[in-house]
Amino acid sequence: MATQVVMPKLSPTMEEGQLARWLKKEGDKVSMGEPLAEIDTDKATMEMQALSNGVLRKILINEGESAPLGQPIAIIGEPDEDISELLKTASTPKPEKAAQAPKSMPESDAATPVEVEPQEAEAPEATQPISSDGQKSRTDGRFLISPIAARMASEAGIDFKTVQGSGPGGRIVKRDIESAIGDQKKTAATKPAVGRISIPRPAREGVVYGPSAYRDEPVSEMRRTIARRLVTSLGPVPHFFLTIEIDMERAADMRHSLNELYPDLKLSINDLIIKVVAVSLIQHPEVNASFQDKTIRYYEHADIGVAVATENGLITPVVRAAELKPITEVATEVRALAERARARKLKPEEYTGATFSISNLGMFGIEEFTAVINPPEGGILAVGAMARKPVVREDRIEIRQTMRVTMSCDHRVIDGATGARFLQTFKQIMENPVYLFLDQ
Amino acid sequence: MPVMTMRDALNLALKEELARDSSVFLMGEEVAEYQGAYKVTRGLLQEFGPKRVIDTPITELGFAGLGVGAAMAGLRPIIEFMTFNFSILATDQIINSAAKMRYMSGGQFKIPIVFRGPGGSAYQVSSQHSQALESWYAYFPGLKVVMPSTPADAKGLLKSSIRDDDPVIFIEQERMYGMKGEVSEDADFTIPLGVAEVKREGTDATIIARSLMVPIALQAAEQLEKEGISCEVIDPRTIRPFDINTIVESVKKTNRAVVAEESHPFASVGAEISAEIAEHAFDYLDAPVKRISGADVPMPYAKNLEQLAIPDVARIVAAVKEVSYV
Repeated sequence: MATQVVMPKLSPTMEEGQLARWLKKEGDKVSMGEPLAEIDTDKATMEMQALSNGVLRKILINEGESAPLGQPIAIIGEPDEDISELLKTASTPKPEKAAQAPKSMPESDAATPVEVEPQEAEAPEATQPISSDGQKSRTDGRFLISPIAARMASEAGIDFKTVQGSGPGGRIVKRDIESAIGDQKKTAATKPAVGRISIPRPAREGVVYGPSAYRDEPVSEMRRTIARRLVTSLGPVPHFFLTIEIDMERAADMRHSLNELYPDLKLSINDLIIKVVAVSLIQHPEVNASFQDKTIRYYEHADIGVAVATENGLITPVVRAAELKPITEVATEVRALAERARARKLKPEEYTGATFSISNLGMFGIEEFTAVINPPEGGILAVGAMARKPVVREDRIEIRQTMRVTMSCDHRVIDGATGARFLQTFKQIMENPVYLFLDQ
Repeated sequence: MPVMTMRDALNLALKEELARDSSVFLMGEEVAEYQGAYKVTRGLLQEFGPKRVIDTPITELGFAGLGVGAAMAGLRPIIEFMTFNFSILATDQIINSAAKMRYMSGGQFKIPIVFRGPGGSAYQVSSQHSQALESWYAYFPGLKVVMPSTPADAKGLLKSSIRDDDPVIFIEQERMYGMKGEVSEDADFTIPLGVAEVKREGTDATIIARSLMVPIALQAAEQLEKEGISCEVIDPRTIRPFDINTIVESVKKTNRAVVAEESHPFASVGAEISAEIAEHAFDYLDAPVKRISGADVPMPYAKNLEQLAIPDVARIVAAVKEVSYV
């Protein structure tokens, strides 16, 4: 039976997509899962997959044209099938505004695998009452999942909302849960025990980290009051800012010596900052957290968003579990992510779901600035330029390499003292970076 | 074990049961002198004589009624319908008398009768002679309904039906009389009613098929195996009482079910099976139960249309792929 292909939701914030390139022509055979087109979203150029088998009967929008989420862009059907009904309904674009992720879905989860938001991905047949019901339920934010898949997910403790369905209309089926269980086992095997890690451990080679695990704790009455009061004055995310100056002599030395040892690495100060922020976050889990209305979510790992300027604007690829990765790995990974970001090739799961972010304008000579928090993260660190400055050390004026960082905190989660203690740790390690190599 | 046709296996069952129990007798159109319209009763008149093998006039309601009366009086009649299409004329006796007599007499009468004959599609005998009526009879409490798919099953199930103390509708498939298979010559070989058989074991999808659909489902399974999909094929063999457990256990393993049947789709036995699976194995399903049925039209006479109206290997293969999401 013929189905309409609609503009899918390819990123959590996408509202419309521009058709970059059709990968199939009218009359081509397509099978489920095969790339159909490249879509420019607000963040990246993404491949869109076919969700049914058949022949690409009709292309409804040309390359370069845009369509809002849910608008039919093509029709897939049997070669000789009558598609006039579908063509008729396709010409009246559907005002499908309900493309937002369901409310109950934690945003950090939304980041994970919702590459093709299944709910909107396939328009149902116009003539079948069951399908049009399905359409309604999908826009209500319901998930399509087969009973056995739901049962397996619940037995394995998998939140199926984070699983992408491969069945018709994006239905989550058994094989999707099976592969999610496989992934979970892989991660579980390498995850250190929950709790405070005061000394960074090296990551095992070849491990790929997904978004951090977390625990949700109820918001205390006091925090609730703080949150309620503060947002009346500054909202919806009440920012406050803490600035600290850091002596960078040793960090700069260390960078030089590492680059002498590994010339190809081209380690930057920013790589070092990412690593130190991650290690400091693990020592201050109250800062590696996000406000979730009724609960505060504490993350197990430091997934660091690194702001990258591209021609099209700002994007923050995420270094997952940065506290576990050797500095060399962080450096390589950041470089690869930044390159992919500039080429607009990042997948949504690569630029969403950070637990904390870093923005660095040092390369532009900016001495200090404030950055805006990317919700639901609890904070962001704005990093200024390293500069040689006169400083007072042991009652003498010396010229030293210094750097000023300003942390923006979500006051609903982080209090002044909490943020300050975190920055103290950050400063301590930054000024004594040899700490990073303990236990390695 | 000797290989014989389904026709000969049925003949053997009749012969053995006529010999075993003198209260068994056979009655129907052309069963005696003509040796049976499909030669299922060949040689029986010669062996058991005209009191045990009786030709009737073309009066289905009449001889079905005679059969019910004989059963009430203690005999064990086997009533042959030349085809089940003609049983439609006898439904008052089958449904209102045979099915209900035991209940309405408070158990004073048992009705050990078998109504047998070919059903389903044949070759170009058109709308009035190509009907699968099992869902009609299975609907009524008091009737058992049996549909064999192999010569061995035909023999074992017919013998059990004749020995059963309740009325049994025994539907053979007209196209399958020539089908060959190994059959036990043991006169005590029977197959209990109400027990399904796994005709082929598999892990990825369960195909539930009966009668003519069994060999077709097995061919489909063969083809799917080559494409990496392992199918379990289950033949319920008895439609009433229905062995849902074997099917549920299979679906728990495979998580997918396709029901193939020759009959029309609406209110069919397949609809019942589909509902039972949803009821008993809901939590194990990975896809909606898929039904493959005969076309929802009177059977066309034209050969090409007739072929399209009966489920074939390709449709079953496509259905299994659909529920397997490939």
